[in-house]
Parts: sequence; structure tokens; C-alpha cells
Amino acid sequence: MSNITSRNNASDVHGSTSSPRTERVVSAASKHSTAPEPAEGSLQTERVAGASPDNPVYRRRRWVNRFNLTMSLATMAFGMVFLLWILAILFSKGMAALGPALFTQMTPPPGSDGGLANAIVGSLIIVSAAIFIATPVGILAGIYLAEIGRNSTVAKVTRFINDILLSAPSIVIGLFVYTLIVANAKHYSAWAGAVALAIIAVPVIVRQTENMLQLVPNSLREAAVALGAPQWRVVLIVTLRAVKGGVVTGVLLALARISGETAPLLFTALNNQFWSTDLNAPMANLPVVIFQFAMSPYEEWQRLAWAGALLITLAVLLLNIVARTLFRQTKH
Amino acid sequence: MSFQVSLGDTQVAAMAPTKIGIRNLNFFYGNFQGLRDISLNIPEKQVTAFIGPSGCGKSTLLRTLNRMYSLYPGQRAEGEININGVNVLGPKQDLNALRGQVGMVFQKPTPFPMSIYDNIAFGVKLYEKLNKSNMDDRVEWALKKAALWNEAKDKLSQSGLSLSGGQQQRLCIARGIAVKPEVLLLDEPTSALDPISTARIEELVSELRSDYTIVIVTHNMQQAARVSQHTAYMYLGELVEFTPTAQIFVKPKDKRTEDYITGRFG
Repeated sequence: MSNITSRNNASDVHGSTSSPRTERVVSAASKHSTAPEPAEGSLQTERVAGASPDNPVYRRRRWVNRFNLTMSLATMAFGMVFLLWILAILFSKGMAALGPALFTQMTPPPGSDGGLANAIVGSLIIVSAAIFIATPVGILAGIYLAEIGRNSTVAKVTRFINDILLSAPSIVIGLFVYTLIVANAKHYSAWAGAVALAIIAVPVIVRQTENMLQLVPNSLREAAVALGAPQWRVVLIVTLRAVKGGVVTGVLLALARISGETAPLLFTALNNQFWSTDLNAPMANLPVVIFQFAMSPYEEWQRLAWAGALLITLAVLLLNIVARTLFRQTKH
Repeated sequence: MSFQVSLGDTQVAAMAPTKIGIRNLNFFYGNFQGLRDISLNIPEKQVTAFIGPSGCGKSTLLRTLNRMYSLYPGQRAEGEININGVNVLGPKQDLNALRGQVGMVFQKPTPFPMSIYDNIAFGVKLYEKLNKSNMDDRVEWALKKAALWNEAKDKLSQSGLSLSGGQQQRLCIARGIAVKPEVLLLDEPTSALDPISTARIEELVSELRSDYTIVIVTHNMQQAARVSQHTAYMYLGELVEFTPTAQIFVKPKDKRTEDYITGRFG
């Protein structure tokens, strides 16, 4: 009888955070050691002590639990405050310039009203071109790492370099493409911008594709192989299809990552005050326009910069939500 | 030593021609020897069961028959496995062709992430170029063979993952026979299924026997008794006894077999 009540006490107290296996909870409450459990008789008396609030070990545990819970909630609130703060400022300042003109008119000369049409379209073109380059490269490399190279030296080195690339400062990549393409062609171009963004997107896609493919159970691979399917068919038709949602998520996350990059575009696509869809010429794009307009002393430009910032943020938010929904669907 | 004696006694085995002849097979996982000097003849168009405690090498033996182990570097087999007179362990063996000839169904149902129809068509397309109506016929034939047609005929375009566990396993069997192999390897095909699904799959195995040589690994001795004509008892990587199923459960020759089937260990 006493045994039963004490069990209930223990599970009530820890019910929310611990595993439902009461027995383990009780022994953890009474002791932190991993020593073998005492015999049945002595265990019963200890259980009573373990669950009672008089037990100093148990009291301490409860206090630590409360402390840690408070701390983690506080840190979460800290992060949320800044995120919401940024969003609030963006909305309050960006809304002012939000209107149909934003999407129909070109970036204006200083002192007059205008919109961001050329920058929005430019951003769309550059980012699409970048993701168009990066997706096949990233997915193929991910397939190589997960399905073919695995633990070979080449795969290990590739994985290591990919991790470095993943955290490389984007300004370095901008300078690299500048010396490689812009300096040789002797002019800025949207292509150079797309290449720079592609270099940033590739490692994100590689990592996500590899991680997803590693989640595919080996039994599925073996089942396809057992039918006599060659490896390329196993990968393309069976394993890649099993995780396609996750791989698409990786591409969308890469898209979100590059759509706000400014530094690489400053050195490559530069900016263009006028409407241009020529990939071989400088092209307007949102991040650089925001950079230029926000630093200017003209009020109209500053307002447009805020609107652009709000647009990019909303686009990234939307991409993240879509990516996460897709990812959840694949996992079932 | 005992298997030679039992082979001599086995009238049924003597009557049925050998489909797979295994000679002095040794198998290694790196430095660990998983199979020791296995020799046995698997008869054509009959069901042969491999039984034994966990880790005895029965699945390992099964996976050498279609060279599944070749996927993993570090695993290797020595000896001979002759199928239709060809040693499939030879270095020149075309693995994809071998697996077209020797199909396999696994312990856990493994439907591919595609429609029921495409699950079956996937394997067929590897070997044959069929037009739409011939492929439809083949899919229907395989599903009927696997006793899944009535349940699946109205939802061929639905995902294979939408089926129940037992149906998924029958889909895997249908997928395996759609390729028209000569041998079908079943690696504990019912261990993840409920009793009703298990019964259906056992019936299926008995029906398929007339067209295919079947090798089944099972943990369940009653299952071996129900579906197989020959049973091999394995222990610690060795073949202890290989006799007609009717005999092994009534009067096993080897003390170790007797201990196992009477439940004295394992």
C-alpha cells in the first residue's frame, strides 16, 4: 500500500518531464548512482524516503529542476524579445512605404518618390540563377557523400571542406568571385552575383541532402539492390525519393540563406538604378539597394530601405515556414 | 559430420534435383568467421528452412546466396555456391543478374516510397521492356500470386506505405516474384507480422513452392514445421543437421538439435 502511494507521488511530481516508467523515476529520485538496485525489501523503504519532501537529496533535485527550467525559459524569452523587437521596428517603419508603387516603380533618384521594382525583380533573377546552379551540384555532392563515398578519404575530406565552406564569411566569397570573374571580365555582372550566392548555397544543400539520405534505413537500400537494381537506380528512384521532402527543405533553407546576403553582391552584381534583366550587366537587387539607401541622408531612400528590409524578412519567413511544413510532412 | 549422414538418409532430397549446391562455404565479417565449412544441397521447387538460435549464421548463409554481402566491404565468402552449375561466388559473376535470378524478401516490410503499381513495376523494368498493357498484366499476375490483388486492385496508384504491415510484406513478395526469379529467399518474413498475416504468408509460401525454390530463415520452429520440406539446423556458424522437416522434429540425429527443438536452450 505504502509502496503504491509513494510511486504515485513520485510520478506526479516528475510526471511532466520524466519518462513514464515510474520505477526508474523513483530510483533516480532517491539516488544518482548507477550502483545495482538493492533487494526488493530494502527498496521499498527507500522508495518512501525517496518520494518524501523530507529527503534532502530529493529536495535538492526539485530545486535544481526548478532553477534549470526558469533559466531556460528566461533565455528563450531573451531571444524572442529581440526577434519580436526587430519585427516590430521593421513593420512600423517598413509599412510606411509599402504600397503598389513599391512593386511598380523603379528606384528613384535622391529626393523623389519611387519603388523597388527593379531591385525586387533583380533579386529574384539573381537568387533563382544561384539556386539553379547550386541545387544540382549540392544534391549530387550530398548523394556522393551519403551513398557512394561514405567513409572513403575523398568523402571525409569533402565533408570537412564543406563544413568550412558552410561557415565561411560571405564577404570572402564575394571577394573570391570578384577576383575570379569581375576582375577578369572587367565589369560587374548579375552572373557573378549568382555564382557568389551559389557558392554560399551549395554547402547548405550538400549537408542537408547527406543528412537526409543517412536517415534512409539500410533495409530499403538492400531491398532495391536485392531486385538487381544498379546503384544509380537505387539512389535516384528509391532512396532519394524516400527523403525528397527533406532535400527540398534543404534547397529552400539555402534559398532563405542567400536571399539576404549583401556582401557578396556588393563585389559582384553591384547595383543598377534602372530596369535591367541582362545577366551580363550590373543588376539592381534588394540587399545592395537597402545597404545604399539606408546609408543615405535622403528620407525617401531611407523609407524604401525599410520597406525592402521588411520584404526580404517576410520572404525569408515564408520560405522557412514552407520548408518546415514540407519537412514535417515527409517525416509523418 | 552429421549432415553427410542425414543427406544419405534423405529420400526426398535424393529425389528432388539440387537447385543450389553449397560446398565448403566459409564466411568472414572482417576477422570474425560467421560461417564454418557449410555444405548442403538445396532442392529445387521445395521449401528449405534454416533454423537456429540468434547469431548462428542462418541469415548470413541466406545473404551469401544472392551475394547481398558484397554491398559491404570487409565481408567475404570462400567456397562454392553453385546455382544452375555456375559458382556465383566467382569474381566475374554479374551481381545484378544473380539478384534477378535469386529474389529476396526481408524481415521488415520494405515498400518503396512510390505507388503499389510502381513498387512492382520497378523491378520488372530492370529486366524487361513491357508496354502498358503487358505491364498491367504483370502487376496483376504478381499481386494475384501474392494474394494481394483483391485488397489492392482498387488502389494501385496509392502509396505502398498506405498498406498494413502484412499487406506491405505481401507487396514485397509480389515485387520479388514479378521479376520471375528462380529462387526466392525469405529472411524471417513474418517476424514483424501479426498471426493472421503470418498465416496468409505461410499459405502463400506453400503455394509458391510449385514454381519457385524457396529458402526461408525463421526463428519460429512451428513455422519451419508447417511450411518446409527440409530443415537445416545451424549453431555457431556450423550446419549441425540437414534433414527432411518431418524427421528433424520427430527424431533429430544430433543432440544439439534435440536440445534446441525441445527448448532446452536458446
